[in-house]
Amino acid sequence: MNPELAIECHQLTRKFADVTAVNGLDLHIPKQTIYGFLGPNGSGKSTAIRMLCGLLLPTSGEVNVLGHQVPQQAEQLKKHIGYMTQAFSLYSDLTVKENLRFMAQVYGLSGKTQNRRIDEALSVYHLQGLQNRFPSNMSGGERQRLALATATLHDPKLLFLDEPTSAVDPQSRRDFWESLFDLVAEGVTILVSTHYMDEAERCHDLAILDHGVKVADGSPSDLMASMEAWVVQVEDSDVLKLKPHLASLPDVISVSHIGLHLRILVNKSIAQPVAYIQQQTGFLDTDVQVREVAPSMEDVFVVATQKRKQEHDR
Amino acid sequence: MMSLRRLFAVMRKEVWQLKRDRLTVGMILGIPIMQVLLFGYAINTDIRHIPAAVVDYANTQLSHNLVTDMEASQVVRIYARVGEEKELEDRLRTGEVSIGIVIPEDFERRIQDDSRAAAQLLVDGSDPIVLGAAQQLTAMQQHQSSQKSASSGKLFEVRNYYNPERRSAVNTLPGLIGVILTMTMVIFTAISLVRERERGNLELLINTPITSNELMIGKILPYILIGFIQVSLVLFLGFMIFDVPIQGLVVDVYIITLVFVSANLSLGILFSTLAKSQFQALQMAIFVMLPSILLSGFMFPFNAMPTLAQWIAEILPMTHFVRLIRGVMLRGAGLGELLPELLVLMAFTFITLVLAIKRFHKRLD
Ligand SMILES: Nc1ncnc2c1ncn2[C@@H]1O[C@H](COP(=O)(O)OP(=O)(O)OP(=O)(O)O)[C@@H](O)[C@H]1O
Ligand SMILES: [Mg+2]
Repeated sequence: MNPELAIECHQLTRKFADVTAVNGLDLHIPKQTIYGFLGPNGSGKSTAIRMLCGLLLPTSGEVNVLGHQVPQQAEQLKKHIGYMTQAFSLYSDLTVKENLRFMAQVYGLSGKTQNRRIDEALSVYHLQGLQNRFPSNMSGGERQRLALATATLHDPKLLFLDEPTSAVDPQSRRDFWESLFDLVAEGVTILVSTHYMDEAERCHDLAILDHGVKVADGSPSDLMASMEAWVVQVEDSDVLKLKPHLASLPDVISVSHIGLHLRILVNKSIAQPVAYIQQQTGFLDTDVQVREVAPSMEDVFVVATQKRKQEHDR
Repeated sequence: MMSLRRLFAVMRKEVWQLKRDRLTVGMILGIPIMQVLLFGYAINTDIRHIPAAVVDYANTQLSHNLVTDMEASQVVRIYARVGEEKELEDRLRTGEVSIGIVIPEDFERRIQDDSRAAAQLLVDGSDPIVLGAAQQLTAMQQHQSSQKSASSGKLFEVRNYYNPERRSAVNTLPGLIGVILTMTMVIFTAISLVRERERGNLELLINTPITSNELMIGKILPYILIGFIQVSLVLFLGFMIFDVPIQGLVVDVYIITLVFVSANLSLGILFSTLAKSQFQALQMAIFVMLPSILLSGFMFPFNAMPTLAQWIAEILPMTHFVRLIRGVMLRGAGLGELLPELLVLMAFTFITLVLAIKRFHKRLD
C-alpha cells in the first residue's frame, strides 16, 4: 500500500438479499485530506463507510485502511479511527460529560490524558455549558458537536463522518466545517458523506455515488471543468411553456426551473449549445435570452447520475 | 485480552443508566416485595375452608363431634346440613359445595369396626386440590378410628396436624427467591444488548477497541450486586413478617445466590445476542421463567413429575437453586453436602457465558 494513502480499496462490493448496495468501488484517498461521498438516499454511502471500518463484511473486494487489511485486521485499526454514525448513537441517558468519560475510557486513555482530552473537547466544541445536560434534550447542532467531540477524543488519524450535518442549520454547518479543516491541519484524514452540494464543494476530493456505483470522482473544480455537458440558461416570461418541449429533446440532459429562468444541461456533442437552444425556442414570439453559464456542483451531480441512468436504460 | 479500565467503564456506564431508569429500579425492589406478600398472604397453598355439606343419618353426640372436628380443622367449612344423600349430590353438581359428608345411621357401630369405613365423603374430583383435601380428611378418620375410644376427645389432635399458616410461608420463601431472581435477572441482561442495538449505541460501541469479554462481563457484574440486594430484601421480609428462619449459614445463602444470579445473567446475555428486538428478548426470558416456576420443584414435587419433565428441569438453573436453598435454609445443610448442585450451576454459567461471547461479533451483519 502507498504510505501516502489513508484509504485504499479495490472493487469493493456488498450485496444484500436483492440489492447491490455498493458495487465495484475503487478508492484512493490521500492522507490529510477531506474526501466526500456525494449521493442520493440509498446510494450506498453508509454501507461503504461501514465496510471501510470493518463493521460490515464485503461480499468481495479488498480494503486497506491506514495500512491495515480490513476486515482481517479491523481490531488493530479501531483505536486509530473515529466514527460519527448517521443517526446519533451516544447514550441519551448519560450526560455530555459522562458520555465523554465513557468513550475516553473505552478508548483506553489513561486517567490524566482522559481529563485533558475531555477538557479540550469541551472547549473546542463549545460544550462547557452543556456538561451536565442529557443529549435527549439538546438541539441537533449541540448533539452533532458532542458526537464529533467523542469521535476525536482519542486523537484518531482517520475520521469517518456519515452525514454529520443532516440535522443542522447553515451557520452551524459552516462552523462544523471549520472544525473539520482544523482537524485536517492537525494531520487528520476525513471521509465524509453528504447530500449537500455546498458541502461537497468544500471537499478536497469526492466521489459521486449512485445506486452503489461510483459515477464520477475528482476534485470539485476538476469535476466542474471536465463535465460532459454545457450549461445553458434561458430567460423568458414564458418559461413554463418552454420546459416540456426542451426536456423532450434527446440532447438535453435535464431542464430545471430556477427562479425566473431555466437551467439546461446540453450534451457536449452539440457544438453550439446556445444556437441550438435558440433554434429550439424559435416557435415563441417573444425574444428569448439564451446564454452559456459556468457549471455548478449540482450540474456535475445531475450529469453524473443521469449518465448512469441512460446507460442503465439502454 | 481484558482491559480493567474498559471493564470498569462498562460497569460504571451500566450503573449510571440503571440509576436513571426509574422503572427498573422499581422492578428491582417492587417485585421481591410484591411476591413475598403475595405468596405469604394471598396465595396460600394450605387447603382451607373448602365448602361442604353434611347429611347426618346417625344424629348422635359422636356424629355431631365428628362434624365439629372437621370444621375445626379448617379444611372444610360446613355450608349446609341436608336431609338426604340425593340433595348432597345435587349441591355437588351445581358446585355449591365441593365435599359432601355422609354419616350413616350405624355410625357408632362402624366406628368400632376397623374393617369398615365409618363415614363416607363425596368429593368433587374435578378439582385436584379438593381431592387432596379429601385425602387429608380420610387420614383424620383413620387416625380417629385407630384410637378405638370414640368419645375420648382425641379427635382434637387433628388440629395440630393441619397447622395452617406457618408451613406454607416457610416452605415457599426459599424457592420464591429463585422465582424473583429468575424473573428479574434474566430480563435485565436479555434486554441490555438488544436495547443498545435498537437505540443505535452499538454501532458506535463496536467501532471502538472494546472486546466482547469486556462488554459482556461489564454488563453482568453490576447486576450481581442487585441480586444480593433483592435476596437480602426477601430474607428480611420473610424473617420479619413470616418468621422464616435460616437453618444453615447466611454466608452459604449468599454464595448460592452469587452462583445462581451469575447463571441467570449469563443466560440473559446469551438471549441478548440471539434476540433481534427487546420484545423477542422478553419472550425468551418468559420461555425460561414458566418452566422454572413449574418444573423446578418450587410448585410441585420434583419426584412426582414424569421423567421427561425431570430431564428438562435438570437443565434449568432454578431446579438446582431450589435444592440448594432449601437445603441450606430449611434443613441446615452445609455447602459441602450440596456441592454437586453448585458445580452444575457454575458449569451452566460458564457455558452460557462462553456461548454469548462467541456469538457476539463486533459487526452489524
Ligand atoms: N442491512 C441491510 N439489509 C438490507 N439492505 C440494506 C441494508 N443496509 C442497507 N441496505 C440497502 O443498501 C442500499 C444502500 O444503503 P445505504 O444505507 O448504504 O445508503 P446511503 O447512501 O447511506 O443512504 P442515506 O443517504 O439514506 O443514508 C439501500 O438500498 C438499502 O436499502
Ligand atoms: Mg446513510
